[in-house]
Amino acid sequence: MIEAAGVQKSYPGRPVLRGVDLTVQDGETLAIIGGSGCGKSTFLKCVIGLVRPDAGSIKVDGTDITRLTRESDVARYRRRFGYLFQEAALFDSLSVWENVTFGLRYLTNIAPVRYRSIAKDKLALVGLQDVEDMRPSELSGGMKKRVALARAIAAEPTYILYDEPTTGLDPIMSDVISDLILDLQKALKTTAIVVTHDMKSAYKVASRIAMIYEGRVLAAASPESIKTTNDPYIRQFVDGLSHGPIKMKLRAFETETVENGKGSAR
Amino acid sequence: MNGSWGKASVVEDFGREAMAISESVGRFTFLVRSTAAWMLRAPIEWRQVLNQMLRIGVESLPVTTMTTFFTGMVLALQTGASSKHFFNEPLFVGTVVSFAIVMELAPVMTALVVAGRAGAAIAAELGTMKVTEQLDALYTLGTDPVRYLVIPRVLAFLMVLPLLTVIADFSGTFGGWVVAYVKLGIPTSVYTSDIFDNMEIRHFMHGFLKTFVFAGIISFISCFKGITTTGGAEGVGKSTTSAVVLSMASVLIIDYFVTAILAAVGIT
Repeated sequence: MIEAAGVQKSYPGRPVLRGVDLTVQDGETLAIIGGSGCGKSTFLKCVIGLVRPDAGSIKVDGTDITRLTRESDVARYRRRFGYLFQEAALFDSLSVWENVTFGLRYLTNIAPVRYRSIAKDKLALVGLQDVEDMRPSELSGGMKKRVALARAIAAEPTYILYDEPTTGLDPIMSDVISDLILDLQKALKTTAIVVTHDMKSAYKVASRIAMIYEGRVLAAASPESIKTTNDPYIRQFVDGLSHGPIKMKLRAFETETVENGKGSAR
Repeated sequence: MNGSWGKASVVEDFGREAMAISESVGRFTFLVRSTAAWMLRAPIEWRQVLNQMLRIGVESLPVTTMTTFFTGMVLALQTGASSKHFFNEPLFVGTVVSFAIVMELAPVMTALVVAGRAGAAIAAELGTMKVTEQLDALYTLGTDPVRYLVIPRVLAFLMVLPLLTVIADFSGTFGGWVVAYVKLGIPTSVYTSDIFDNMEIRHFMHGFLKTFVFAGIISFISCFKGITTTGGAEGVGKSTTSAVVLSMASVLIIDYFVTAILAAVGIT
């Protein structure tokens, strides 16, 4: 179980997370939705310990990542996670099968002679075959995402974190990736957090959806509740409307920025 | 009013710059410390070290050899002309060329060429890995950029740069011989006795030991600039440029202090 309480993170001059409270139950797939730059990817990186929160706690099976200071403890904590990066983040200098099995050396005691067959199995799980010896540069965007997914599940993690898995893909490939996530969640019975702003994908893969707005969780509910909610902020986001409270806030922010800019120029 | 704003702004800028520099120095020191710690606590990725050695060596060898070959030729020409001017014949050309090459020019020029070639490549590669989240991916896959990327590159530099320098010692001295023999008419026996009658092992060690310091400087600066890259493709360009400039300047500056230390302990 993942329990986040009061998670705050600021980058110089810009607060990103202002107190995120979220719980992810075992076996659940939680989709985190929200506009670009709202802090959902930052939250995911806080969960795996790539970004250290300024305040708050994130407990995974009782271990609080914010209290771990030794590199070896953080590395041990990360072992339970698989992470799918937004742009796949495959290693250019390695072949596909070397990418897929990269973590096995460090995360497991599996003998290296078995790596290649494991890579083949994991690639088959994500619907790829005969690509083992290709280089990442030879793959399409969708294939890269699938190889990255195979890499994320190779060491059989307990938790999988997906950072915008469908971003940059065409609608059909987006749906293929969503199906794949759904199938993997069923087959591997892992707990997952999916960060996305693709509502179709969120409805499909999630057992619960949380919306982050202005650095806080606005609501966390079942996909059905989100679909029928009357909350104007959520309504505007899920319907993808340019007019509504979110836009108005943006306009207010823009005006404020311009005024501040003039103020400092004076 | 404007004047006071101007002063405040200058002080602010200076303060911000000083803070940024001290932060960079702190992070650089942390990288060096972290590298030493990882070397002690985890097995070294020798396959990666070998890959990097081949890459740095093969990429740089033709340029370093050619550079010192021509430097040796220039030295022979100038020494020959000067000594002819004073003594009516070219004297001690082999001595001057070999001492200049072995003690100073081969180590420094090899380091500068390798900084421009392999150092830039390292900063660009690691910088690209940083902006495409490949460094974060290393953490999520149970390793660490220092262990997987920095240590192999630092070790490869420490092994390859001395080797390249020794080859440069030979090519520079050989370049000097070509000019001495062909242009100045100095017999080979005179040229070689000029070298071996005067040069001792400590002279060679003076230049050779410097290369380990240069290797450390270039590899750490290039890796540091690479893994601290921010800001996409533009950031990678900036990191690469500053890695090369900083490495070259550091090599030239620290060269003086290393020379002074070696001289103080009698290796000169």
